[in-house]
Amino acid sequence: MRWYWIDRFLEFESGRIAKAVKNISLAEDHLHDHFPNYPIIPNSLVIEGMAQTGGLLVCEHKDFVEKVVLAKVPKARFYSEAVPGDSLVYTTTIEYMSEEGAMVSATSHKGDEVHAEAEIVFAHLNDPRLGPLFDPSSFLRMMRLLGAYEVGHAADGGPLKPPKRLLDAEKEDLAQ
Amino acid sequence: MPTKDEIFEKIQVALIDALGVDDDEVTPEAKLVGDLGAESIDFLDIVFRLEKSFDIKIPRGELFPEDVLTDAKYVQDGRVTETGLAELKERMPFANLDEFAENPVVQDFGNVLTVADMCRFVEGKVEVTD
Repeated sequence: MRWYWIDRFLEFESGRIAKAVKNISLAEDHLHDHFPNYPIIPNSLVIEGMAQTGGLLVCEHKDFVEKVVLAKVPKARFYSEAVPGDSLVYTTTIEYMSEEGAMVSATSHKGDEVHAEAEIVFAHLNDPRLGPLFDPSSFLRMMRLLGAYEVGHAADGGPLKPPKRLLDAEKEDLAQ
Repeated sequence: MPTKDEIFEKIQVALIDALGVDDDEVTPEAKLVGDLGAESIDFLDIVFRLEKSFDIKIPRGELFPEDVLTDAKYVQDGRVTETGLAELKERMPFANLDEFAENPVVQDFGNVLTVADMCRFVEGKVEVTD
């Protein structure tokens, strides 16, 4: 299983807001094990999807230099269940950002219906002993796979572009 | 410019949101860790809420000078030395460290801060009106 809990970005406004869709499919193994014969997406994986949407938004704003990790979920409310065939749209908004991390508010919608709401706190890991959390080239591939550069806008309103550091790493990888 | 009451009210909201406690629990005497159940990661959350709410910056180690507690210069056998206590008092003029100073075991330091200490800390960062 790959740890992708969003399928695609729908919007990505650098430093402000990101929307991503998660299509729930009966082909996902975990749905059969969570509650046998009652396939619903676990709420923890909805939070993970919202955290991936918001975390990549936070990470992009600092050109993917900071090691952004989910630190805390101060609030999470779920109003209904989501089942195979449902498309969840996660909207995450940066409420506050500092050198130490960020706070993001998040919603999950099923059509017009609010399915869940959460607050997520991210921390920047700045221990110099830690190496990079991700290989830059694979990270860029993931952002492309999720369509961030197809729908995204930079802070100045222009198209969102990958930072040079990631592009260079990708070039190096392709040259090998 | 906020009044002291307004500062308390904003801190109360920040702690209710960050720690999921009720407003009547957030009294000036309440200890953040012992009474309100704050854990280490909550301090990051609380700092974000205070910075946003008061439009201030709180550099790491200012509210909670953890570097003192890991510095061999200030700690011996798990206890903060006299020099360490003097350093803490200088770095934390907003906190009442008298009780801690009676038996300065490092691992008890986490339970020093009260809501009133947080209020005094913020009062030192913003201009306060009467």
